[in-house]
Amino acid sequence: MTNTNLSDTLEENPVNIKNIKPHLICENLNIFIQGNHILKNINLTIPDKSITCIIGPSGCGKTTLLRSFNRMHDESTEVKIEGKLLLDGLNIFDEKIHVTDIRKKMGLLAQRPCVLPMSIYENVAYGPRIHGMRGRKKLYGTVKHYLMAVGLWEEVKHRLKTSANRLSIGQQQRLCLARGLAVEPEIILGDEATSALDPISSAKIEELFCELKKQYTIVLVTHTLRQAKRMADYVAFMYMGELVEFGNPEDVFNHPKQQLTKDYISGSFS
Amino acid sequence: MRKAKNILFKILTITSSVFILTLLLFILYIIVRKGLPAMNWDMISKIPEGGFYLGKAGGVLNAIIGSIYLVGGAVIISILISIPVVMYLNFIIKKNSIFSRFARLCYDILFGIPSIVYGAFGFTLMVFFGIKASLLGGMITIALLIIPIMIRSIDEVAYMVPRDLIEAPKSLGATNYETLKVLVRQLLPGITTAVLLSIGRGIGDAATVLLTAGYTDSIPTSITQPAASLPLAIFFQLGSPIPEVQNRAYASALILTILILVISFTARYFSKKLSKHI
Repeated sequence: MTNTNLSDTLEENPVNIKNIKPHLICENLNIFIQGNHILKNINLTIPDKSITCIIGPSGCGKTTLLRSFNRMHDESTEVKIEGKLLLDGLNIFDEKIHVTDIRKKMGLLAQRPCVLPMSIYENVAYGPRIHGMRGRKKLYGTVKHYLMAVGLWEEVKHRLKTSANRLSIGQQQRLCLARGLAVEPEIILGDEATSALDPISSAKIEELFCELKKQYTIVLVTHTLRQAKRMADYVAFMYMGELVEFGNPEDVFNHPKQQLTKDYISGSFS
Repeated sequence: MRKAKNILFKILTITSSVFILTLLLFILYIIVRKGLPAMNWDMISKIPEGGFYLGKAGGVLNAIIGSIYLVGGAVIISILISIPVVMYLNFIIKKNSIFSRFARLCYDILFGIPSIVYGAFGFTLMVFFGIKASLLGGMITIALLIIPIMIRSIDEVAYMVPRDLIEAPKSLGATNYETLKVLVRQLLPGITTAVLLSIGRGIGDAATVLLTAGYTDSIPTSITQPAASLPLAIFFQLGSPIPEVQNRAYASALILTILILVISFTARYFSKKLSKHI
């Protein structure tokens, strides 16, 4: 890799935002996949109850970073993680912490919606059920509540028993969001959650995110700078596995501190 | 030239299809033609009475029940073994790992081993453990025969399951076991096909049960008793010099064919009901 010296060219500590309440903190996070150094010394603070967008060119480690938040890397034996990820002060990589507890706190919305092979109702009820919710009335109430939260209730209330696969892609993505919310997470992770959707569906999802940030901390990986501009409260720019710049969208987009950020935003590379 | 090739290929596809269909229909015709006259209610409702193999009264109920018991037991044993194996190869370890590929190669080899070898192996096992020819011995041996079939056909569909579907339940906080339960739902149509293929192979196989399940004129009441089976009933009756008994062999074949047909339709019906959400 030619950019191993990238950090030398960066100014001291690009992350410098005061007066934010942190929810999730990366401390010297390093990730190696099959011996390749994918994430290099990431120090990042995800602020509470706001939308943080992670931007950067393909292969810069955005998704790898996002997947480390809900410990998805546990599934692979080839991934080695160093450093800390503090959720409310607790290191989520701590051996004592159960991975299912971490994932319950982090709702993940994938790039393409992936409904479970069950009915619409069962899809939303699945999460609460595995976490121990019992009772038909209670479950029904939960399902209804979260389907309403994502604006899907009116569209599906007459066909809750039909297969979730029959929904349109946009509806499926909202169903996946409802499914994720139903386990009552603290943080919502979106991995290019709107990139497979048509403009109307993706506008709906964006709208939902803006609504949800009142109650949840949201971290979005996105390819579209315009989307980041529209939605972000904070923007993190990554390049070649390093965090280059972090700040308010106003600062990052209009007065970037780093030359790399400037080049990326102006479209010199992508 | 290209047009000629195109026409030639079209003719080839049609003739092959027609040829194989005619052959199958011909086999069915022979079975029905020779079997139907010998068919009567007694055939499917009575066990052999004295002198049955000399052309006197009775039926093959013992073989029908025996075959259903044998293959039913074998299928249950095989499902209990095959599903965890497929889950392990595809979802617990990497589906393209060296071990997975080696295991698949082994199952392919086992798939190709003739049933008489399984019969002999089962027989050796039974001698070793001191078990007599019995329903249990037959079930285990048929299970050995159909496990590779089942594993490979479920594996085909499991291999195609997208990574997203494995991660979706996990990202909701599901444990490995809970995730696998979701995946089994997704695999249900594949599992049905696998079970049907296995039943077809297991119920029609004579060589595996010849040495291991034995043959008896009565209906077994415990798994340690010997059991009759339809393929052996066909085999024994066909070997008789008496034409009436020979015809009964065809009637037995007809029963076997109808049995497989009925099992297929029921299994498909229930599978469709269960997997309507996929």
